[in-house]
Amino acid sequence: MTDKKKVAILWLGSCGGCDETIVDINELILGVVNSVDLVLWPVALDFKYHHIEKMADGEIALGIINGHVRNSDHAEMAKLMRQKSQVILAFGACACFGGTPGLANLRSKEDIFRWVYQEAPTVINPKGVCPQTTTRVDGKELTLPEMFESVHSLDQVIDVDYYLPGCPPPPYLVLKAITAFLENTLPAKGSSLASHKALCDTCPRNASKPNKVAITEIKRIHEVEADPTKCFLSQGIICMGPATRSGCGESCININIPCRGCFGHIELVADSGAKFLSGLASMIDADDEAGLEKISDQVRDTIGYLYRFSLPISIMNQKKLQSDEVKSDD
Amino acid sequence: MTKKITINPITRLEGHGKIDIFVDDKGNVEDAYWQVVELRGFERFCLGRPAEEMPRITPNICGVCPTPHNMAATKALDDLYSVSPTPTAKLVRQLQYNSFMLEDHFIHFFFLSAPDFVVGPLADPALRNIVGVIQKAGIDVGKKVIDIRKRCREIMALIGSKPAHPEGGVPGGVTRGITEEERVWIKKTADDAVTMTQFALDLFKDVVLKNKEYVDLILNDAYKLQTYYMGLVDESGNVSFYDGNIRIIDPAGKEYAYFHPRDYIEHIGEWVEPWTYVRLTHLRKVGWSGLIEGEGTSLYRVGPLARLNVAKNMATPLAQKEYQQMYSVLGNKPSHHTLAFHWARLIEALQAAETMQQIANDPLLTGTNIRNMDLKLKKVGIGCLEAARGTLIHHYETDSQGLLTKVNLIVATQHNAAPICMSVKKAAQGFVKGTDVEEGFLNMVEMAFRAYDPCLACATHSLDKPMPLELNIRGLDGNIIRTVRRE
Repeated sequence: MTDKKKVAILWLGSCGGCDETIVDINELILGVVNSVDLVLWPVALDFKYHHIEKMADGEIALGIINGHVRNSDHAEMAKLMRQKSQVILAFGACACFGGTPGLANLRSKEDIFRWVYQEAPTVINPKGVCPQTTTRVDGKELTLPEMFESVHSLDQVIDVDYYLPGCPPPPYLVLKAITAFLENTLPAKGSSLASHKALCDTCPRNASKPNKVAITEIKRIHEVEADPTKCFLSQGIICMGPATRSGCGESCININIPCRGCFGHIELVADSGAKFLSGLASMIDADDEAGLEKISDQVRDTIGYLYRFSLPISIMNQKKLQSDEVKSDD
Repeated sequence: MTKKITINPITRLEGHGKIDIFVDDKGNVEDAYWQVVELRGFERFCLGRPAEEMPRITPNICGVCPTPHNMAATKALDDLYSVSPTPTAKLVRQLQYNSFMLEDHFIHFFFLSAPDFVVGPLADPALRNIVGVIQKAGIDVGKKVIDIRKRCREIMALIGSKPAHPEGGVPGGVTRGITEEERVWIKKTADDAVTMTQFALDLFKDVVLKNKEYVDLILNDAYKLQTYYMGLVDESGNVSFYDGNIRIIDPAGKEYAYFHPRDYIEHIGEWVEPWTYVRLTHLRKVGWSGLIEGEGTSLYRVGPLARLNVAKNMATPLAQKEYQQMYSVLGNKPSHHTLAFHWARLIEALQAAETMQQIANDPLLTGTNIRNMDLKLKKVGIGCLEAARGTLIHHYETDSQGLLTKVNLIVATQHNAAPICMSVKKAAQGFVKGTDVEEGFLNMVEMAFRAYDPCLACATHSLDKPMPLELNIRGLDGNIIRTVRRE
């Protein structure tokens, strides 16, 4: 037996990038693995769910969960992890905010199924078949999890103790979070384990940002060669920096690409999209309402920019979630 | 009475999946199903998005193979806007892409497939992992593998922001070039990558080819599947990762089709089954023939072995020598031996490393002309390249503003999904006789799908623990008849 703290890593509706960023701490992962007792990591280890089911409630010291909740398997595993874990860390943008796949909340499940299984140009489906939760083939039963109507962030399904944002969180923040856990220096419950500043405050182009940004034309990233030294907004390019939490290391800015908000909302802001929209309105430089409308119409995909990673937790999405299946299962 | 064996979840796999195996009352495997258990719907929720955002959105499909999605999206934008990247931009993209291919193939070999060969398919499961590999190959090798992976990902980050989700990529170019100072350390990384890949191939040959049992295993009918093969080839017919035409050969090796990726719909169909969320691709003109191999099949495979099967040669000299040796051992082209995917993967890694060297030596790499801004929107764009695990196609259609009206994506696992089902079934049929299931069987079945999946770059196996696995054999009423454990 070991007296090391038990840690479980689980992925739900995930792309694998969060697991990859754990490996990206490179040689230091050997030390981390030796410091804890890893009891689950499906991408890397062959422990099965029944191993977790057999554990005592609260036996796992830290449950790290990445990915959103989109189907019955995800919800079931999230609830099991909550039951068995003292501390739950929502790891990455999908777990924290729903992530990019959360944009699927703009579409019904039926609409998605119709395209994927019937209308896409390569599909050949003469009988109109769709995946079923239970199928009998030659007398043999096969089952699939039920896909929910909406994508959910983790805290819409279970109680979450800490949030580590980013798509994925950068390796240095992963190490910092693990170190805080091992040294018992985690902050107050509910905290984000990232900077409390906005990206604009740490952006290397901050000095070039004028006191008052005056946008006369919105430009798309493929239309212009952005000046790599100047604030994107001052060049008329949508950048979510003012409404996004810092901590990414400005990795996108460094390759001359504006922020899309994967670190989510800044401290004390409930809705990063609304926050940004309010700021953007004040930056548009127009003499009259018609001029204002002309420039604002140049923002071609408002939701896609403002809620690229956070639609499931936005105020826009709340009515839909109230009637969703996950809540009724509690 | 038929018994149902469920492996759920499949671990050390990128994404969620499960396997159901049905065993008859004589102990023979009747059937097996490999199921994909979720759907996210990127094709649909991307509608209305500006097309130029797709290189930033689609890497979220897969955080282990994000670079292929970023690059396929970028190439689709080139096509959508009728623009060619500048020579420097193309070199920068190919540097990024070959760094990815090398890193992905490398981690798959050392962390996933090597334990089955270097340690042994029937070895103590407690040792059949990366630690066992390091024990056999030496700690210095382990450190060098981690180091090469790290340095390749630094190159990827330099060009694409985050290696786990590249953000760069614009029609006609890249957003950031390479400086002379950076080129110097890129060159050193490429040189070291060639050396390390040659070492990996030597290790494979020492351990596998000099061991008759392993060679027999590779050539075992349980790991053989006769299908068509598909992959990109360059203008000389050689293995190509970044661009080229698609070549398909039939199970006998005869050319079945050769076409520009823009014509993919004429050749590829996707079948829907109610028991899996993944669409099952097949040859449209042959027509869906179900899960069968050999004569009459409409199934094809993609990925490392498929690419080598469809190509005339490798594109680089050192890789070419290895390619010739592989087929001299395996016999005639095409090889249908599923485990040979691992060997082909290492040969491709060598091509990627040699290509990185060539690019790092090219003075154009550090040029400053990195964007071609002569964009002419034509409303349809198709991008195609070879992801580590196989052919990847992004198809976008837009309105006059470049906002997406249609998105169709075909990824490697779709091409291979039906063959993976069949491979799992054949491995089970080959290694399960009677009801006395040996522990080694579990690993043998896992090896059947592991060969296809290089997208487990983060699968580090257990570093200090055995890898327990449990199978519950249930009757059709759901009751457990027998439990098989490996601890």
